[in-house]
Amino acid sequence: MSFLGQVVDWFANGDHWRGREGIPRLVAQHLEISAISLVCAMLIALPIGLVLGHLRRGGFVAVNVSNIGRALPSLAILLLAVLAFGVGSPPTLFRTVGIGSIPTFIALVALAIPPVLTNTYVGMAGVDADLREAALGMGMNGRQMLRRVELPVALPLIMAGVRTSAVAVVATATLAAYVGWGGLGRYIIDGIAISDNVRVFAGALLVAVLSIVVELALGAVQRMVVSPGLQVHERPAAVVVPQPAPTEA
Amino acid sequence: MTALLAAGYSGNAWIDWSWVSDHTTEISTRLREHVVLALLALLYGLLIALPLGILASRKRRLLAPILGITGALYTIPSLAAFAFLLPFTGLSRDTALIPLTAYSLLILVRNIVTGLDGVPPEVVDAARGMGYSAPRQLVQIELPLAVPAIIAGIRIAAVTLIGLVPVAALIGQGGLGAMMLDGFQRAFRTPITVAGVLVIALAIVTDAVLLLLQRLLTPWARRSRVAA
Repeated sequence: MSFLGQVVDWFANGDHWRGREGIPRLVAQHLEISAISLVCAMLIALPIGLVLGHLRRGGFVAVNVSNIGRALPSLAILLLAVLAFGVGSPPTLFRTVGIGSIPTFIALVALAIPPVLTNTYVGMAGVDADLREAALGMGMNGRQMLRRVELPVALPLIMAGVRTSAVAVVATATLAAYVGWGGLGRYIIDGIAISDNVRVFAGALLVAVLSIVVELALGAVQRMVVSPGLQVHERPAAVVVPQPAPTEA
Repeated sequence: MTALLAAGYSGNAWIDWSWVSDHTTEISTRLREHVVLALLALLYGLLIALPLGILASRKRRLLAPILGITGALYTIPSLAAFAFLLPFTGLSRDTALIPLTAYSLLILVRNIVTGLDGVPPEVVDAARGMGYSAPRQLVQIELPLAVPAIIAGIRIAAVTLIGLVPVAALIGQGGLGAMMLDGFQRAFRTPITVAGVLVIALAIVTDAVLLLLQRLLTPWARRSRVAA
């Protein structure tokens, strides 16, 4: 049978959809820890980025954090966290919110902070000075300006940072299988260990689809929360055709 | 663990300098493997991205599909991408190199297009007026003017690749990631810390060197900044 045929058979096998090592359970595990880590990273990075960007302070640090953050060796953080904290089952409190593995959680939060922090800072600091002045002229104080003017204008960039982090987090959660935790990396790591290429390929397919779905879903969220006038278009704007001035009839 | 203790290394310290000084050869070998893998991926990436970027900036209709495809490739997690190729290329270097190259494409193509788009139209007109052929115009006028944006892309791609290469150790491709896994299997923290710090240091140094290269390649940008 062809290789792809075997992969199809793997997915058709009901045993792979049930139990602790089943697809639904591992997908849920994967998404759960990714979501919790992303939310925690946002709780840390958003306030710092918003305030620094509003005050336009510390830009050098914020921008460099993201550059170096790209090379952040999550594998090293994950492995060191396992050696420091162990992979054992975390306290009940952690498990109830979806943190099945403390080392994975630590590595994912560390990974997710830089893109959110930098994009928030850059988005806030990039708000047009005229807009800020208009807000001040309308009698807004700093807090009102941050919430009603700067935040909505910076939102497209902030959301772009969240999307970058989310995709990186979902990707990196795969590595957690290497240190004996679950998530979709299980199929890949176990498959490699026993030279079962079908399982490796099926696992890769699941992880890839999950990442793309997360990316698309957050793109949809972005379109919902960002003001229509501020949507960032991936495609460069078409040439603007000059419209004739409206004539008085 | 017992072997480590017998050798006098402390397993629980974050870093044991005596291990570092005893293993400089291993560290430099791993570092070299890391650099070679990232560099090869970057070179292949440039070889593919340059024609793609030039094509996309000339034929606008191709831009969206090219960015869409490279963007989708970029979204696939590295371990999954390696895993896709395992059944076909096995535990060879290609299994790591092909996805790493693919990751650099989105960043490089986007920056090449941005750079070429930023060339002032009057400069292009002047070149045409002086009788430059299209290829000569591209090589001598447009690409040099796009260098700052292209190098900005190379910087991001290089740093990203350096950060991705450790994962290739999971499919047996060496590099600093192999040092991390080796330390982990022996519950010995020092090699993991050393490898992690070296990955970050390598990224910072690479970024700085490329920035310097950009300054050297575009002396006019420096002059105009002074004049401004």
